[in-house]
Amino acid sequence: MNADKLQRIRSIISRAKRWDLFFTLLGILSLMVGVLTFTVLFVDMAIQGVPRLSMDFFTSFPSRRAANAGILSAWVGTVLVMLLTALAAVPLGVAAGVYLEEYAPKNWITDIIEINISNLAGIPSIVYGLLALGLFVYYFGFGQSILSAGLTLALLILPVIIVATREAIRAIPQSIHEGSYACGATTWQTVRDHILPYSSAGILTGVIIGMARAIGETAPIITIGALTFIAFLPPAPFTGEPPAGLFDWIFAPFTVMPIQMFNWTSRPEAAFAVNAAAAGFVLVFMTLAMNGLAIYVRYRLRKNIKW
Amino acid sequence: MTEHVSDRLSRKASRHVKERIIEFLLFGAAAFSVFITVAIVYVLVKESWVFFETVPLSDFLFDTQWTPLFDDAHYGIMVLLSGTLTSSGVALLVAIPLGTIIALYLSEFAGFTVREVAKPFLELLGGVPTIVYGYFALTFITPLLQKIYPDLPGFNLLSAGLVMGIMIIPYVASLSEDAMRAVPMALREGSYAMGATRLQTALWVVTPAATSGIASAYILGISRAVGETMILAVAAGMQPNLTFNPTEPGATITSYIVQVALGDLPHGSIGYQTIFAAGLTLLLMTLAFNLLGYWLRKHYREVY
Repeated sequence: MNADKLQRIRSIISRAKRWDLFFTLLGILSLMVGVLTFTVLFVDMAIQGVPRLSMDFFTSFPSRRAANAGILSAWVGTVLVMLLTALAAVPLGVAAGVYLEEYAPKNWITDIIEINISNLAGIPSIVYGLLALGLFVYYFGFGQSILSAGLTLALLILPVIIVATREAIRAIPQSIHEGSYACGATTWQTVRDHILPYSSAGILTGVIIGMARAIGETAPIITIGALTFIAFLPPAPFTGEPPAGLFDWIFAPFTVMPIQMFNWTSRPEAAFAVNAAAAGFVLVFMTLAMNGLAIYVRYRLRKNIKW
Repeated sequence: MTEHVSDRLSRKASRHVKERIIEFLLFGAAAFSVFITVAIVYVLVKESWVFFETVPLSDFLFDTQWTPLFDDAHYGIMVLLSGTLTSSGVALLVAIPLGTIIALYLSEFAGFTVREVAKPFLELLGGVPTIVYGYFALTFITPLLQKIYPDLPGFNLLSAGLVMGIMIIPYVASLSEDAMRAVPMALREGSYAMGATRLQTALWVVTPAATSGIASAYILGISRAVGETMILAVAAGMQPNLTFNPTEPGATITSYIVQVALGDLPHGSIGYQTIFAAGLTLLLMTLAFNLLGYWLRKHYREVY
C-alpha cells in the first residue's frame, strides 16, 4: 500500500472520529440543557420563596394581605385528597393489573382492555377534569368536594398503577408460579401468597410515582370548580357524629397546593409572587421527595432480589 | 372414610366457587378502565350535542372569532386551535431535537454510570408539577426573553412553549432510548465490524431499526404538548387570538377550559357547554395521535 493511500485512509478515520467527539459533546450539552433548566428553576424558586417559609406560613389560612397568607388549608386539602385518591386507585389498579397478568384469557375482551389502558394514559388530564365535572359533580351530585377531587385524580393515575403492577408481576420468574401450582395451590392462593408479596416493592414504586403525579395536578381540579380561596378547614376525618358524620370531611369544599400556587401566581402584586414561589418550593420538594423515594425503593429492589 | 372424602370434595367445590368470585371481581376492576373511556366519551358527546344544537358545526369550524361569553357570541374553535398549534410547535422544536440527541447519547455513547444517573434525573424533570413550570415561564423565562427582544409582551406563547418543550424532553428521550436499546447488539457489532464509528452506527443502523419506537415517542410528546394546560394558563395569557406568531399572547383549548372553570358559569348555560365542545375537540386530537402511534408500532416494528 503506498503512502498516499494510507494518508487518505487516516484522514477519513480522523474525520469520522472528530464527528464522534462532536456528537458526544452535543449529547452532553443537550443533557446539560435539561439539568441546567431544572437547577435554575429550583434555585430561583428557592431564593424567592425560602425566606418566606416559616412556621406561620404552614399554619395560616390564605389572606388578602400577602404577608399574612399561608398554606394551611392547601396542604390539609392536599393530604385529604391524596388519601382518597390512594384508597380508590390502589386496590382498583392492583386488582386490574393482577387480572391482566394472572387471569386474563387471550381473547378480544382482553385486547380491548389492554388497548384501552394504554389509550387512557394518553388522554390529557384536563379531559379527566371535564369527565369529573359532568359525572361526579353534577350527575352523582358530589359537588365541588374532596370526594370529587380524590376520585378524579384516582382515575388519572389508574393507568400508572396498572402498568407498574403488571411490570412488577412480569419480573417474577415463571418457576415461582409453577412451584405454587405444583403444590396444589389455586390461582388466587398463588397470587395472594406469592405473586403479591414478591411484587409489592415494584407496585409500591408505581404507586409512589402515581401519587407524586397526582399531587401536582392542577388542571383537572380547577375544572371541577375547586375554590381558590378557602379560609377554613374541612372537618377532621372520622371524628364526626357516627355513622353519617364520620364521612362529613369527604363532602367538604377544599383547596390544594397547586391551586393555591396558581391563585398566587395569577395575582399582579409582587408580594404574592413570593408566596407562589414559597408554595412552589414546598410542592417541588414534596414531589422530589416522593420520586426520590420511588427511585430508592426500585434501587433496593434491584440490589436485593436475585431470583 | 366415605365421610372424609365427601367432606373434602365439598370443600373443594366451595373453593372453586370462591375462586370464580375472586376472578370475577378482578375482571371487574380491569373492565372498569373501559368504563372510564366510555364515560369520558359519553359526558363530552352529551354536553357537546346540546352545544351543537345551538351552534352549527360550520360556525364552530370556520368562524374566525371566539367570543362565547360576549353578547355578540362567536364560536370559532380555530382561534383556540391556533394557540394550541403554535405553542405545541414551539415546544416540539425544543423537545424533539434535544430529546432525540439525549436518547442517542444515552443509548450509544454514554457509559454505564452516566446513564444510571441521567435517567432518574430525567424522570425527576418530568415529575415537576406543571404549575411550577408555568410559574418559571412567567417569572423567569419571559423576563429573560424580554432582555433579548424588548417588545415581547408579558404573556406570550413563546416562553410557555419553550418551557413546555423542556418539560416534554424526558418523555421523548426516555421512550426513544428504550426503543434504541431494544435494537439487538448483533446489528451494532456487524456495523462496528465493517469499520463504522459509533456515530455512524447510531445514525445509520440503530436509528432506522428503532424508527417505530422513536416515532411513537414523538407522538406521545405531541399529545403531551397538545394537552398541556397549566403552563399555558399561567404564562401565555388567556385572551383568544387567531395567530401563529409565538411572540403574541394567546389562549389554547386547554387554557380556555381553565378560564371558564375559574369563573362561575351556571350549569347548563351555553358558556358551560363550550368547554365540553372544546374538550371533545381536544380528545379527538389526542385520540387521533394515539391511534397513529398504535398503528406505527404495529406496522413498522422490526421484529428480531
